[in-house]
Amino acid sequence: MALLTTRSLAKAFGGLRALDNLDFEIEEGEIVSVIGPNGAGKTTFFNVLTGMIPSDEGEIHFDGHNLVGLRPNQILRLGVARTFQNVRLFPNMTVRDNVTVGRHARTRSGMISAILRTPAFRREEEETRRKAEETLSFFGSRLVGYRFDQPAFALSYANRRRLEIARAMSSEPKLLCLDEPTAGMNPRETQELTELISKMRDEKGFTIIVIEHDMRVVKGVSDRVVVLDYGRKISEGTYDEISHDERVLEAYLGKKTAEAA
Amino acid sequence: MTQEIAQAPRSETVTRVGAEQAVRSVDLARAARLGALGGVSAVFISAIGMVEAFADRILIQPYLSLGYTALFLIPFIFGYLAAKRPPAIEGVKLAPVGPRNVLAGLIAGTIASFGPILLILLAPVLDLREIFLAISPRLLKILTFDRELTQGIGLLLISNLGIGTVAGFIPLIPRRFRRPLLNASMWTLLVALLQILVQAFLLGLGLQRLNSFIYSPLGGLTAVSALVVFLVLSIPYLIAEFTDLRVRERLEALPEGQRRNMRLGSILVALVFVAVVPQIVGVFASEVLDLVGIFLLMGLGLNIVVGFAGLLDLGYVAFFAVGAYVTAILTSPSSPSITPELTFWAALPFVIIAAAMAGLVVGTPVLRMRGDYLAIVTLGFGEIARLLFISEALFPYVGGAQGIIRIPKVAVGEFTAASPTEFFYPVAAFLVLAIYITWALENSRIGRAWKAMREDEPVAEVMGIDTVQAKLSAFIMGAIIASFGGALFASKIGSVFPHSFQILVSIQVLVLIIVGGMGSIPGVMVGALVIIGLPELLREFAEFKFLLYGALLIYMMLNRPEGLLPSRERARELHQEEMLQDAWLIQERAAAESQPKIEETSA
Repeated sequence: MALLTTRSLAKAFGGLRALDNLDFEIEEGEIVSVIGPNGAGKTTFFNVLTGMIPSDEGEIHFDGHNLVGLRPNQILRLGVARTFQNVRLFPNMTVRDNVTVGRHARTRSGMISAILRTPAFRREEEETRRKAEETLSFFGSRLVGYRFDQPAFALSYANRRRLEIARAMSSEPKLLCLDEPTAGMNPRETQELTELISKMRDEKGFTIIVIEHDMRVVKGVSDRVVVLDYGRKISEGTYDEISHDERVLEAYLGKKTAEAA
Repeated sequence: MTQEIAQAPRSETVTRVGAEQAVRSVDLARAARLGALGGVSAVFISAIGMVEAFADRILIQPYLSLGYTALFLIPFIFGYLAAKRPPAIEGVKLAPVGPRNVLAGLIAGTIASFGPILLILLAPVLDLREIFLAISPRLLKILTFDRELTQGIGLLLISNLGIGTVAGFIPLIPRRFRRPLLNASMWTLLVALLQILVQAFLLGLGLQRLNSFIYSPLGGLTAVSALVVFLVLSIPYLIAEFTDLRVRERLEALPEGQRRNMRLGSILVALVFVAVVPQIVGVFASEVLDLVGIFLLMGLGLNIVVGFAGLLDLGYVAFFAVGAYVTAILTSPSSPSITPELTFWAALPFVIIAAAMAGLVVGTPVLRMRGDYLAIVTLGFGEIARLLFISEALFPYVGGAQGIIRIPKVAVGEFTAASPTEFFYPVAAFLVLAIYITWALENSRIGRAWKAMREDEPVAEVMGIDTVQAKLSAFIMGAIIASFGGALFASKIGSVFPHSFQILVSIQVLVLIIVGGMGSIPGVMVGALVIIGLPELLREFAEFKFLLYGALLIYMMLNRPEGLLPSRERARELHQEEMLQDAWLIQERAAAESQPKIEETSA
């Protein structure tokens, strides 16, 4: 039984079919890259998956639950967390608070226990803080120490991306959806993040879907690659398989690359 | 970037120095424009009757009335603005301060006098009283210093010129003296303005002799006492300028445990101060404090809704009204229908429940709305609440326009908070509670959820925050705190009428949190003191209250949008770009400074 299964998922914006009859599956512990030219429906897939926009048709089954019609916060609670292509942090909150917000769904204290400062509340706060700092230390020394109390907007671009991933990780998801995690990073940073993505699966046990344009990253991390074009899945397989698939070459990699390969 | 600068050849630096010779000094044309603006302002405050209304209030015996102070502040302020050094721009050198600054002040001051002079000359000819009632013979007498026309105009011109010139000298004063001078002048003015409060304080402390030294029996300071007050008040500023105290840095350097103790200590001191202050300041000032306290309660509540959760609620007065009416119905013996005649404290749980329900009722339909739409809809809800209380339908329960009277005062055992002085204690108790609740919620899971929602609602939702729940809890908590204010208000006044719950109350509360600093507890306190307390203490201003609110709001939005005592986040949000710019400038400067060293070593 796959962790996530979608059946004939569809979403149209007016006449544009952003998702067209999409069947997608991912097994637990797998890292799947979703690639495709611009406008192929990759980000729409994430938006529908996380409940940010409703699907028109189709089913989404995740870990024994039907996700269709659920609100984004309920979907996160079930274990699907995401990052955004155009980094969307809470810019004026501190680095630490950005990550603690990610733990909101995994904690439970309400207004009354906060006002009474019950022992359970204190314990939970303490644990939230510790786990947030632990998650941040996953990225080495970049987001720790004095950076804990810096506002998120003061971070460099690459660090903002890392912080966004940390925020998603701190919600203890089963499935982590990364939307172009290396966009805007330099080659060294990209290389480092590629290694971290594998480490996330190996150490934290996340199942990961990555939308990515950088083929070195795709090659580096993916167990399997799914290629979208015009909202349809046009190919699927290991990196080597899809990189020799003619349809993919035509739609995505282009003739030149095909000849070079 | 750093590398580029470091590798730049020396000739490049020279040309840059050449470019820097473009010197920026005080702009005299701008001074003239500012002067004209000052003239217009002087005519404006004269024409709306401010000058005349303020003329009877003497600040310094025997000459200086508040009216003249207002008139003379104009050439002073505009002269100072004209003479001030222009802001630094990268690559442009600032001229040293000198006679040109004084000249700018003089020009602005002189031109500012043209406005009132024109008014004096034209008023008898044009018969402006048809439109501006306030342009009375008395006003003209004040403007001409009670002299003949030519003499009066001459005096007006000379006084404005003189004051403008004095203001022009300010930039020439060394910085270490400038700040003490300006601050002490301001405080002296405040001591004169807030005579009622200061006097009550001094008398309360048993300092009769000091009081009769400072204040003349005819009202206002005397020339001698004004000078003494000024000198005494400048001492702390001088000390701060000439010694290296750095209290804040030292406090922040303390270990966490000691800082915690310090914080607890200062809270204790504040509590003790709160306990004795009404005894010292007497009945009138306590009355003002009670009112400030009630508005502060509402401010703290609205701060949760607007400042933390970012939900602009303009109908906040509805919750205040619910608190007041529920208290009235449950405690008053003459409540129209049900008269359980509970005590204030026994009624309180019902007040809380009713307020929470009102919060839900208002919150639920507006869940999907944001920003402007939310503001307009809540504005409507506020009016609906008032109309309900005045309506026929609810008349049997709340008494329509006749309201409910004979509401008992708050009492604890034998102690009844009958006088304003005594009433301050229940107000203070609720304030402490509300401040604690605000603090506790801000530093908790729900507080972070509110802030995240304010920053980016869809992302907050995707990160697992139930925004429906978060919004409703903000509305409910805000409503409960406002209802405390309403309950106290009903008990204090002893009666409730629908007309006490005008839309204006919502606006005032919103203005006080904006001026004070949204999202910050000390900010809301300062805002309540300034917006509610000052107009009560400065009775002369009461007539012009809303004009001044408007002016203050515009000034704040332009120059200090984060408020007087902002929360760190709000300040960051509004000055993000500047901060990033600063960081960049600092980097640049560091790079520029390291440049000659590199060249020296290479040479």
